Order: sequence, then C-alpha cells, then structure tokens
Amino acid sequence: MKSRHFIIHRLAWSVFVLVGLSILIFFIARVIPGDPARMALGPRAPQWAVDNLVKELHLNEPIYVQYWLWLKGVLHGDFGTSLVTRRPVSADIKEFFPATLELIVVAAIIETVGGILLGALSARYSGSWFDSLVRLIAYLGVVTPAFVWAIIFMLIFGYVWPILPILGRIDSNLTVPPTVTGLMTIDSLLAGDFEAFKSAFLHLLLPALALAMGGMSQAARITRASMSENLSRDYVGSEMAAGIPMKLIILKYVLRPSLIPTVTIIALDIAAMLGNAFLVELVFNYPGISRYGINAMLTKDLNAIVAVIMVIGLAFVVMNFIVDLIVAYLDPRIRLQGGK
Amino acid sequence: MISIKTKKTNKKWAAKLDGLCRSWYKFSRNKLSVFGLIIVLTVIFIALFADKIAPFPEHAGAFVDLGNAGRPPGEGYLFGTDQYGRDILSRIFFSFRGAIIMGIGVLAVAVPVGVFLGLIAGYFQGSLIEPLIMRTVDIFLALPPLVLALAVSAVLRPTLFNSMMAVSFAWWAWYTRLSYGMASSIRNEFYIQSAELIGASRLHILLREILPNCLGPIFTKMTLDMGWVILIGASLSFVGMGEQPPKPALGTMVADGAKYIPHMWWLAVFPALAIMIIVLGFNLLGDGIRDMLSTEEV
Repeated sequence: MKSRHFIIHRLAWSVFVLVGLSILIFFIARVIPGDPARMALGPRAPQWAVDNLVKELHLNEPIYVQYWLWLKGVLHGDFGTSLVTRRPVSADIKEFFPATLELIVVAAIIETVGGILLGALSARYSGSWFDSLVRLIAYLGVVTPAFVWAIIFMLIFGYVWPILPILGRIDSNLTVPPTVTGLMTIDSLLAGDFEAFKSAFLHLLLPALALAMGGMSQAARITRASMSENLSRDYVGSEMAAGIPMKLIILKYVLRPSLIPTVTIIALDIAAMLGNAFLVELVFNYPGISRYGINAMLTKDLNAIVAVIMVIGLAFVVMNFIVDLIVAYLDPRIRLQGGK
Repeated sequence: MISIKTKKTNKKWAAKLDGLCRSWYKFSRNKLSVFGLIIVLTVIFIALFADKIAPFPEHAGAFVDLGNAGRPPGEGYLFGTDQYGRDILSRIFFSFRGAIIMGIGVLAVAVPVGVFLGLIAGYFQGSLIEPLIMRTVDIFLALPPLVLALAVSAVLRPTLFNSMMAVSFAWWAWYTRLSYGMASSIRNEFYIQSAELIGASRLHILLREILPNCLGPIFTKMTLDMGWVILIGASLSFVGMGEQPPKPALGTMVADGAKYIPHMWWLAVFPALAIMIIVLGFNLLGDGIRDMLSTEEV
C-alpha cells in the first residue's frame, strides 16, 4: 500500500517536471531570440520566406496558443519539421537517439561495474597501495572533463597503441546490419553477423569509456566512503566475532546499505551523460543525438533544438524516477514513509 | 576613555587575527589544499598579467606566421605552435582571462539571485511563494546544466558574455536549493523568533539573521563551482558557443586541435591539460575550505 503511494507520488512529480520543462524550453526557443523566424533563416533570407515560417510556426498567434499547438503535436510524437533539412524532426530523433542510447548503456555498465568494484576493493584494502592508486585516479577522473578523456583515449588507443577504432559506429568496409532496434550491436546479432557485432562493439568502447570516467571515479569515491563507514559499524564486528567469513559479511551485509549513495550518484550521472555525450560524440564523430543537437544549435534549427532538449529532459526525468525506485528498494526507510 | 576604546579594538583585531591563524593552520594541515590554493593563485596571476608574462603576447589575436606553423613543443615554443604559427603557451595564458571572467561572472549573477530566492522560499514556508520558487527550481534541475546552458546559448549570439548569461541561467537553482535547505532549518531557531518578536523587518531577518549563518556552505560551493563553471564554459567554447576566434579560449583550442590529432597532438593536449589543472586547483581549494569551515575540531 505504502509503496504504491510512493510510486504514484513520484510519478505525479515526474509529469509535473516534464510539463514545466516543456514550457521552459519552449519559451527559451520562442521568446529569447526576439524574432525566431528571422534568426532561424538568417539575416539574408527574403522576407517572404520569413513570413512563411512565421505562419508555419504559428508565430503570429499568442504564445500560449503556440505552446498548445506545439504540445498537441508533441503528444502525437510530432516535433515539427526541421527548419534546415525540412525533414520531420521526429524521424531524425528516431534515427539518432538509439545510437546515443547504445553508447550510454555501455558507458553506464562500465561506470557501475568499475565504480563499485574499485570503490569496494579500495575500502576493503584501505591504506594499501591499491587504495592510494584508486583514490588518485578517482580524483583525476572527477576533475577531467569527458571531452578531455576522449582526446586522451583517442591519442593513446587510436595512435600510440592502436588497438581500438576511434571514429564512427562501425568499420566502413562492413555492411551495416538492417535496422530493427537501431542499436547496432543488437541489430548485428539479430542479423547473425558476428563480425559486424564485434566491430560495432569495439567502436563503442572508447567513447563509452571517456563518458564513464567521471562518473566511475565519483562512484568509486562514494562507494569507498560509505563502505568504510559501514565496515566500522558494530554489526560488522559482531558478525566477525561470530566467525562469518569477511567475504560473506561484505557481500551479504555491508554492500547493500553502502550502495544507496552510490546508486543515486551513478543514476544522476548516467542522466548527466546525455549532456557530456554532446562533446564526446563530437570528438569521436559518433552519429548520435548529441552531434545532431549540436548541429541544430549551430544552424539555429529551433524545432530540432527543442526536440533534442525535450528528449534529454525526458530521459533525465525517467532516470530520476528509476533511481527513486531503486533507492526505495534498497532502503526500506524511504519506501515505508511513502515518499515524504 | 579613548584608551579603553583602542584597547577594545586591539582586542577585537587580535581575536580576528587569532581566528585567521587558526583557520590557516586548519587549512594548511592538508598539503593538497595548499597545492590547490597555489594553482588557483598562479592561474589568477597569469590571467592578470598575461600580456607581461606570455612569451608572444601578439599571438593572442589573429596572428599568422606560417614559417613557424606546427612547430612541436621545444626550443622557443615551450608547448609548440598551432597551424598558424601561434605560440600555444601564450594563447593558453590569455585564455585564462576568459576562463576566470567566466567563473566570476557566472557566480556573481547566479549566487545572489539563487541564494536570495532560496532564503525567501525557506523563510516564508507555508506561503504560496515557497512552492512557486521551489517547483521552478525542480524544473531547472531536471536538465543537466550543460544541456540547459547549450540550449540558451544556442538561441543567443555566440559571445563570452552570452555564454556567461547562459551558464548563470542554468546555475542559480543549485544555490536556491542549498540556501533553502539551510534557511528552512534556521527559521525555527529561537533567535529568529526573538527577532520577529521585537519587530525586526523581514529583510533584516533574511539578510542579517539568516544569511550570515548560511555563508559557510555557500562559500565552499562557490569555490568548487568556480572549477565547474570554467569547465562548462570550456565545453561551450568547445562546440563554438563561447569566445569567438581569433580570441583564444581553452575549449576552442581543444576543439580545433582535435582535428590535427595525432600529427600535431600538442594543439589539443596542452589546452586540455590546462582545463584539467584549473578544475583540479579549484576542487582541491574547495575541499580545503570545506574542511576548514567544518565545525569539527582539529
């Protein structure tokens, strides 16, 4: 009963944030530029073209009518047409979003496994050389932006010690598997093309690692801190006195409460990856939604900008919702208070 | 009469000095914090006197010397030269200016606005203004700051000032959330109730009673945020939405340099390291200040 209340509460909050976000983004794109149609077309466009665009974007209507018309379209999955390519924006998003999703999933796996493993080992063997090494790498990882990691990895693994591909999604001499899910690794598996799968997977590794470095470092630091705290609790002492092996104590009793702050940090970071992916995709020339978004921003393609930001906001809100559920699962105190 | 007064002020000054010495002792116990302070001071010093220190001050603008283009790091050019023959080191020195201006400018806008709104929301709990402010904050925090800043600067003309506005727009909500939390716990203290009882104005209570007790965490966050703001600024200029060429900006230099990897790796690597060092410096300093201000006794 309580947990259902909790879920409904968080769900309502998510919907509220999404609506607010859509208003915010819509106003940024329509109000700040002053004359959006002129801005989108550039100073040299003929007046009739600007007038046409004004009509197409309903700019001659009051702003709340514009928003309503736009919202109606969005709820039907229609983000309007790109002002630059004249293609429907939704089709572009459908094409580019899976690539980013694939990248972020791999990065998230690297971040979660790496962060928890490094943090847990470092807490278990605290004070050892391994602990010092992890702490040093973690500090560097936190302060180094993802695009700097991208360039460093590109130099090291692409040129100095060329073991991994650095550009694009798949080798250019391989045939691209037919699109089913849009996730190239899964598509190639579905097509039974293992060579394409290997190539697609290898192409993901470097950008994913560059994306994951910051979050992984943070996750390792947080895991280490909360695990050291839990390891010094009385219950660990009594379990040790009872003769339970250390490995079992850690896996069964210490890890779960220690992971609560880690999970929160990791999930927030996975959502923030959508922001950092903007820069990493640019470095690796990876055809994802971020690269698409940057191009839209540079060409002042208002419809595409709004769509990209909304998709990222949606992903962010969904991630937050999932985090709340996971944290509530890990920590009964939150679950039982009904989300207060 | 006068002598008593001077004695009093002397005592006050002595107490202040004593406090300062204690803080410094606490701060300097961690060598990493001191290291961070040194990095930050060095960066600010370089930014202030870039035109005096830089080996080739004229290289900060549109300067072409194709004879020396693409020189590897070494003699004459410590970090090498770029595709136009401009000294990378000099350009990094000058780009520190934009970075520091970015950090200070964004915090100068975002912190007062954010903190003030947070104090209001925290103090006037139960009124309509609290949910109004805090739900707006929720919406602003629902996007990664980089994405929000990108969205705003995308519709503005790309200049350093506009990118500062864009980042401030994405940043204030963090300070509102921070000061809201503190204000809503402080408002129940007895001294606030006493101040209300003797009829102190609301502005007085907000600014003179509540605000001073929030300054520690805000100050710590500001130091840490200097690094992050500079990083976001570099990310904006990385995609071409900050300071425009030929003026140097760290992000632009990394982005341009990335095109010449691997043959002219120094174009991208040194500005990238510069970003890393700035963020590292402010982070170490911020951690040190947090430890210094924490009430935990040494």
